[in-house]
Amino acid sequence: MDFVPLYLSIKLAVFSTVILIILSAPLAYLLVYFRFRGKSFLEALLNLPMVLPPTVLGFYLLVVMGPKGALGRIWETMTSSPLVFTFTGIVFASIVYSFPFAIQPMKTSFEKIDRRLLESAYVLGLSPLATFFKVIVPNALGGVAASAILVFVHTMGEFGVILMVGGSIPGETRVASIAIYEAVEALNYREAGMMCLILVPISYFFLLIINRLTRSKIYGS
Amino acid sequence: MGLRVKITKKLPHFELDVAFSCDEKNVLALVGPSGAGKTTIIRMIAGLTRPDSGMISYNDEVWFDGEKGIVRPPQERFLGFVFQDYMLFPHLNVFKNVAFAAESKDEVMRLLKLFDIWHLKDRRQHEISGGERQRCAICQALARKPRVLLLDEPFSALDANTRRNLRDELKKLRTQLAVPIIHVTHDIDEALFLADDVLPMVNGKIVRKWMLQFMLKERNTKKRPEDDFKYGFSRYHEFDRSVLYDSLGDEKWRI
Repeated sequence: MDFVPLYLSIKLAVFSTVILIILSAPLAYLLVYFRFRGKSFLEALLNLPMVLPPTVLGFYLLVVMGPKGALGRIWETMTSSPLVFTFTGIVFASIVYSFPFAIQPMKTSFEKIDRRLLESAYVLGLSPLATFFKVIVPNALGGVAASAILVFVHTMGEFGVILMVGGSIPGETRVASIAIYEAVEALNYREAGMMCLILVPISYFFLLIINRLTRSKIYGS
Repeated sequence: MGLRVKITKKLPHFELDVAFSCDEKNVLALVGPSGAGKTTIIRMIAGLTRPDSGMISYNDEVWFDGEKGIVRPPQERFLGFVFQDYMLFPHLNVFKNVAFAAESKDEVMRLLKLFDIWHLKDRRQHEISGGERQRCAICQALARKPRVLLLDEPFSALDANTRRNLRDELKKLRTQLAVPIIHVTHDIDEALFLADDVLPMVNGKIVRKWMLQFMLKERNTKKRPEDDFKYGFSRYHEFDRSVLYDSLGDEKWRI
């Protein structure tokens, strides 16, 4: 049995989760605590991947990230390698695709924090940035972990967007979900079944780890 | 010099318009029924709420000037603010809460011992009582070496016994703390007990001091002490509307 697709799936999920948590935490902070023009438009845009069919999102990403697309061209001049049909490309697509799943739980947990706690930090001399790291994040670890779980699991099960942007290049973009699909197409049910059987406990194991981590970090109440 | 406040702000039901000052080492109590705008005033002093116009200054330093558009952020005012329900950081223990703005660990130790909560230093807020939380919140505010200490209904969430003890302690500690205190309360006894100066407030305005005497007299005619002040204030409201507004003219809100 070929283990490379499984390895690729996990690698993709880890990359997407780490990058998305780093990106979406400040964004959620901005959306919850600051008022600015166009906020509702930005929010709707960030949530769009949740309602679009993955093929539609994948199609647009393919266009934008392709050699003639804006992002594809910038990427090529910077790194002199293409973005579509590469591992970097599917990481990028995954990030866009899972953005709503990262941002929603974090927003909810930020909203639960009493605003006067932040005011108390300000009066005690903390800048808004320091308050974010020293007060908001430690009191929203549950939400951050929930985001991480959702993004991880969501990315492990991703199919349509990856197929559109990454195709099925062995060792590069052929992740487990695509390998399973192809095995079934080729009537190789044994291979598909084996991979499914491995994928389930792996997902379960990761969920368990993150769950444990969350529980030990929740304070109060 | 001390703290000088002259501010206005339009609130949903009335316009807040006050002017007062608090000298060094003084304790000033803002006393009045809930919804009189007391908390809004200390929030404006702390820089958490913005006044519509006026001026707030401390010694030579201007914290807010409506005309010149000066607004100093709360971080630069060096204040202590004790919130009504404490607002301790739930993810930190007592020691770390107090150390949040403290200069040194020795200072934290000194404060925790002074307020007799040293033995609780490793506990989190949900593991200590209301009175202990309140002490911790006061220590936290004092650790910043504040130039003014603002207390928002500091004893309202405590039971009568704890309240009395903490109040007595705070009175004893007053001289050691050597910091001007603005104490917001709806309890006139509390105000009179701690403060050098009491400013009675109704509907966003500071009312004449003789009104306080009126309030006290009203209160003293009642038999059940716990109802006194409520009664005093409801009567005060009646009085306020029927007599004060009509009879005093322009002078009516001058202290």
